[in-house]
Amino acid sequence: MRSWTAIRMTLVLTILTGIAYPVALVGLAHLLFPRQAEGTLVWRNGHVIGSLLIGQNFASARYFHPRPSAAGATGYDAAGSGGSNLGPTNKRLIEAVRSRASALREHEPGIGHGAIPVDMVTASASGLDPEITPAAAEAQVPRVARARGLAESTVRSLVASYTRGRMLGLLGEPRVNVLELNLALDDLASNSSSKAFR
Amino acid sequence: MAKAVRLWEGKIVRTALVDSLGKFDPRLQAHNPVMFVVEVTAAAVSLILLRDFLSGRGSQVLFELQIAVWLWFTVGFANFAEAMAEGRGKAQAENLRKTRTETPATLLRDGQEVRVPAPSLRRGDVVLVRAGEIIPGDGEVIEGVASVNEAAITGESAPVIRESGGDRSAVTGGTIVISDWIKIRITANPGETFLDRMIALVEGAQRQKTPNEIALSILLAGLTIIFLLVCVSLYPLALYGGSALSLPVLVALLVCLIPTTIGGLLSAIGIAGMDRLVQHNVLAMSGRAVEAAGDIDTLLLDKTGTITLGDRLATEFIPMHGTTAEELADAAQLASLADETPEGRSIVVLAKNQFNLRGRELAHSEAHFVPFTAQTRMSGIDINNRRIRKGAYDQIMNFVRENGGTVPSELGPIVERIARSGGTPLVVADRGRVLGVIHLKDVIKAGIRERFARLRAMGMRTVMITGDNPLTAAAIAAESGVDDFRAEATPETKLQLIREEQAQGKLVAMIGDGTNDAPALAQADVGIAMNAGTQAAREAGNMVDLDSNPTKIIEVVEIGKQLLITRGALTTFSIANDVAKYFAILPAMFVLSYPQLQELNVMHLATPQSAILSAVIFNALIIIALIPLALRGVQYRPLGAAAILRRNLLVYGLGGVIIPFIGIKAIDLVVAALHLA
Amino acid sequence: MVINAVIQVTIFSMLVTVISVPLGRYMARVFGRERTWLDPALVPLETIIYRICGVHAGLEQDWIEYSISMLVFSAVGMVLLYGIERLQYYLPLNPQHFGAIAPDLAFNTAASFTTNTNWQAYSGESTMSYFTQMAGLAFHNFVSAATGIAVAIAVIRGFVRRGGQTLGNFWVDLTRATLWVLLPLSILLSLVLIWQGVPQNFSRYVHARTLEGPEQVIAQGPVASQESIKELGTNGGGFFNANSAHPYENPTPLTNLLELIAIFAIGAGLTHTFGHMAGDRRQGWALFAAMGVLFLMGTSWAIWAEQRGNPQFAAMGIDQRATVMQAGGNMEGKEVRNGIVGSALWAVVTTDTSCGAVNAMHDSFTPLGGLVPLLNMQIGEIIFGGVGSGLYGMLVMAVLTVFIAGLMVGRTPEYLGKKIEGREMKLAMLFVLIFPAVILLPVGAAVATKAGLAGISNPGPHGLSQILYAFTSAAANNGSAFAGLNADTPFYNVLLAFVMLFGRFLMKVPVLALAGSLVAKKAVPPSAGTFPTGGATFVVLLVGVIIIVAALTFFPADALGPIVEELVMHAGKLY
Repeated sequence: MRSWTAIRMTLVLTILTGIAYPVALVGLAHLLFPRQAEGTLVWRNGHVIGSLLIGQNFASARYFHPRPSAAGATGYDAAGSGGSNLGPTNKRLIEAVRSRASALREHEPGIGHGAIPVDMVTASASGLDPEITPAAAEAQVPRVARARGLAESTVRSLVASYTRGRMLGLLGEPRVNVLELNLALDDLASNSSSKAFR
Repeated sequence: MAKAVRLWEGKIVRTALVDSLGKFDPRLQAHNPVMFVVEVTAAAVSLILLRDFLSGRGSQVLFELQIAVWLWFTVGFANFAEAMAEGRGKAQAENLRKTRTETPATLLRDGQEVRVPAPSLRRGDVVLVRAGEIIPGDGEVIEGVASVNEAAITGESAPVIRESGGDRSAVTGGTIVISDWIKIRITANPGETFLDRMIALVEGAQRQKTPNEIALSILLAGLTIIFLLVCVSLYPLALYGGSALSLPVLVALLVCLIPTTIGGLLSAIGIAGMDRLVQHNVLAMSGRAVEAAGDIDTLLLDKTGTITLGDRLATEFIPMHGTTAEELADAAQLASLADETPEGRSIVVLAKNQFNLRGRELAHSEAHFVPFTAQTRMSGIDINNRRIRKGAYDQIMNFVRENGGTVPSELGPIVERIARSGGTPLVVADRGRVLGVIHLKDVIKAGIRERFARLRAMGMRTVMITGDNPLTAAAIAAESGVDDFRAEATPETKLQLIREEQAQGKLVAMIGDGTNDAPALAQADVGIAMNAGTQAAREAGNMVDLDSNPTKIIEVVEIGKQLLITRGALTTFSIANDVAKYFAILPAMFVLSYPQLQELNVMHLATPQSAILSAVIFNALIIIALIPLALRGVQYRPLGAAAILRRNLLVYGLGGVIIPFIGIKAIDLVVAALHLA
Repeated sequence: MVINAVIQVTIFSMLVTVISVPLGRYMARVFGRERTWLDPALVPLETIIYRICGVHAGLEQDWIEYSISMLVFSAVGMVLLYGIERLQYYLPLNPQHFGAIAPDLAFNTAASFTTNTNWQAYSGESTMSYFTQMAGLAFHNFVSAATGIAVAIAVIRGFVRRGGQTLGNFWVDLTRATLWVLLPLSILLSLVLIWQGVPQNFSRYVHARTLEGPEQVIAQGPVASQESIKELGTNGGGFFNANSAHPYENPTPLTNLLELIAIFAIGAGLTHTFGHMAGDRRQGWALFAAMGVLFLMGTSWAIWAEQRGNPQFAAMGIDQRATVMQAGGNMEGKEVRNGIVGSALWAVVTTDTSCGAVNAMHDSFTPLGGLVPLLNMQIGEIIFGGVGSGLYGMLVMAVLTVFIAGLMVGRTPEYLGKKIEGREMKLAMLFVLIFPAVILLPVGAAVATKAGLAGISNPGPHGLSQILYAFTSAAANNGSAFAGLNADTPFYNVLLAFVMLFGRFLMKVPVLALAGSLVAKKAVPPSAGTFPTGGATFVVLLVGVIIIVAALTFFPADALGPIVEELVMHAGKLY
């Protein structure tokens, strides 16, 4: 008797909460917020180049670089999210940070011997952090400007316009979406080149 | 009997030292899980010590020896505390036993007097006790009246009256008849008498754990198991970090963490509580009753004898127009000369005090006394043509009218005023002439108001029970400061009232002495019978007050509360101590594998060994240090609950955190100075 | 920057407080079967469910019957989940064609979701089909939470009812918790999350060609519907491996705030439900206040520790200061949008409760920062707590507190007028005892065996912290992890599964028995000698007892893990 009640209750609630509820929400989501429901994807020239919410790797000097990523074997594996999970006294963490720092000192003219923003040398929690701090963006401005032959002030003002402050000035942290910023950089380039052609 | 035993009485200490050795018996220790664990681990460490000694692993032997010794001391100190508490009880019992003499008794069998030894008396036997003889057993006076010296059990040397019939009919074996004679029906078999029970109680022989003690024991056992888990799991955890902990060190930590302070003193506290009660001349039939006393919500009190002096006394003469007060007083005194009731006597005294009127010796020839009868409901005197009567308003009015007199119009209002104020108006008349009114009043006992205020502060509600009319009852209630009253009460009212209160979840205490109090005494959660009361009442209650002092309930409640407070305070203290012990022992345990942990050695103890040893020594010595507190109890103050708690938390909680830091450091200095570790 | 931390914590605390009051009152009405504004829509559904399942809604159960119903229901659900996991290849909504889950992992996961733990020894996006996530896992997110709420309500009834034997009807409480509380709140929260960017689809994983050329496969799924119930039900099982650190689960500061509130909401509301049902709202506020104090203590500590950063980094010229340009602090394993405050606050909230969802990797926290979530779990997750379990855990602590306090005021201890005697003490101590037992003994076993030590990914004291954290999390039904620990091994899967089951059901049954023992007792009206449990003194004492009990139990283990790691870290030692 009790077991039958339990079994029937399980099936009824599975149908209600495990099937009806998510399916109904998929419907509602596509009705109300179709772009978000499908993962806030970014399309260029008819194909998906990524999601605005999901960080992707940039190695070229022409682009702003995201944070180090521990997702997947090579980083930014959006089907294998995760952090490094290295502890604060783990040699491997300290070594990784040290080598990142020295690489940055070598390749980022904006840093040189100065202080390195901590998010540039530490892996994010998801490995898919789409954003960097304004400090990390500022540190990359000289390199990007040089690589693209742009004035630093142009790049800096672009960064500023893509910097999101705290929500209502209170919640979260100021940040710059890397993909968004890099797309804007490319747009800037294509606009100016199209101008030149005209 | 009532005299308090000095705390460190040499004889008691010597006996306790011997007794505490016997308590090492593991079968006895098993009743106390905390100390049992200490004993078992002490034995284990001793075995390790023996092994290391025999195998010649020299370096740690001295250290292990000291740990083992102090562990055994820990058990021993707890044993000693218990033995001390018992010893104090035994000292009391010793005093009692002296009174239980093997006196011969005069048994009345088929009208014949037979001399038999007292121990051969059985329930139902009737004995005759004459002046100078010792009452051979507990019983009820069935004939006669005598004054009895009960100093043997109450410590009070003034003799008391014991008589048949009334509420003063119970006598106790071992007390002495000093005048007249009484016939007693024995009500207890040998070994079951009051004295026997008292001896057993104070010796703690029949002591059973009270409900609250059981609950606390469970808490302590639970904590002990938790710390066992902590210490067992610590071994592999330490091994992970590279330290192999030795058993003596782990045991040292365990014993320091488990609540040995309260565990070692718990039974001593209970025994001492009962002992304190006995010192207040109250005999509780069970520890449960003492604990319940601390929880009392409502206290039922008889008005008569408890709140008031028991008898109404004359307080004022109110003359009619045309009569002087002195004239009235004189007539009233005359009418009362032969009146042996307290009321009558109080009139004589009042007249003497107010008007210096002396009591006169009157020859029988010239005066004729008219005693009070249920029919006439007045009393008085016929003398020299005068016919003086005093009595209730209605009766005297009839008397006056019969004698051709008239009732003055002012009389009615006076009588009514007195009645409304809770007094009794006694009208005095001489033939047809009304002389005036005597105001008889219930006199509230001195200091009773303050006592009720104290009870209120303890959180108790007092309810006065009286047969008076509501008007009178309200006046007395207001004057005495009780919280509530029940007027026009019958004996059944008490029982009903107790049940009503209990139905609301309240705990009720009642004090009673009469036979008709017995059901209510039995129903009440705490029923205190007056020793002077009837045997039925004494059997029904769960406490007997040997002094027959109704306000003794305050002491009883305080002792009940004290008992719980002492347990709670020492539990808190015991647990709070652990903080310091961790800071002493943990850094010492792991200093080899993690030298950085030295930062936690906030006491800067000399060496790892001395740190551990000092904590163990402190843990043992604190038991000894707290024996006086356990035996005397934490002082109870009738403040609000929150205020008491804050105070005790500060003293025993915060104190419990701080004191071991100081104590362990001090011991460490000594240990280091003596190069013990 | 301190100011911003204070502002963010204050906003969060105020919103939780404001929401908890009406929610608590609403739940009191729901479980008292009084009228609510959702009745027209839900009562017909409720009636149908009872008819289908053969539930007699008017029939109340005593504590034994209630416990058995709860246990049988949980067992059936666990078997069902195990079945789904093993058979997912053959079930619908599996666009990535994931195969069957290994038996030990399937068992571990079934135990984990049945017990409201949501310990995840797997990575969601590479293991579980959409169907398993929904019908298997999200279902348990609902019913394990509803079970917790039901038990809490039954326990409250035990404390507040005057006489009788029964504690309510499990099936009714379960159904009403699901229909009236969890479902409506989940739908509401899901919609806001979707608006903010949380996906809700059944699409195949997206293959994107990134700006620089390489392909990026982006996992998709019905994320929002699971995200909302995972927080509301304090389950914590992430749709993705990175859990709420994943930008798809928690994309913006707003979602971060709302998800945090969702974790606390029901637990905080239940304190007021307790106050309402007790007929004395101060009783509820007292528990709320004690929880609030502990929450604020943990939060300030965690934020301070994480903001201090890693001394090794500072030595390399890495800027960990908080400035207008960056949050600074220890950013390893944290997301930029959450920064230090948002991450540390989350770590505290998720372990104050039995949630266990993470938005930062606790394994990479500084030693003292990571100690906070560990301690939160060690005190039994009673700071608002797991839905239901937090409240009854706190009530047991209140019973212990009242016992010690009651002794010290010289009265037989009582709570809400009910006397705490031997039987109550026995059950309360059993509850208190089981917890360290199922943590410390397995931790001892794990560090003493090769199989246990093999899981450690961070050597040195931190490795011990990993193991300690794992078993603490499992016993407390939290589910968060020092996630570097490789726990997907038969050793850990099986041992942790049992710890989770013991930590849940071995504690639920004594607490129901306690309620069953209390319900029959008459309540004593309070007097001047009664220790008041609605005031500040009680709150302070309660907080003290909670901290002392946990600290004394776990101090040695913590000393050898996080505390010693903190000390060696500052001494410059690495492993």
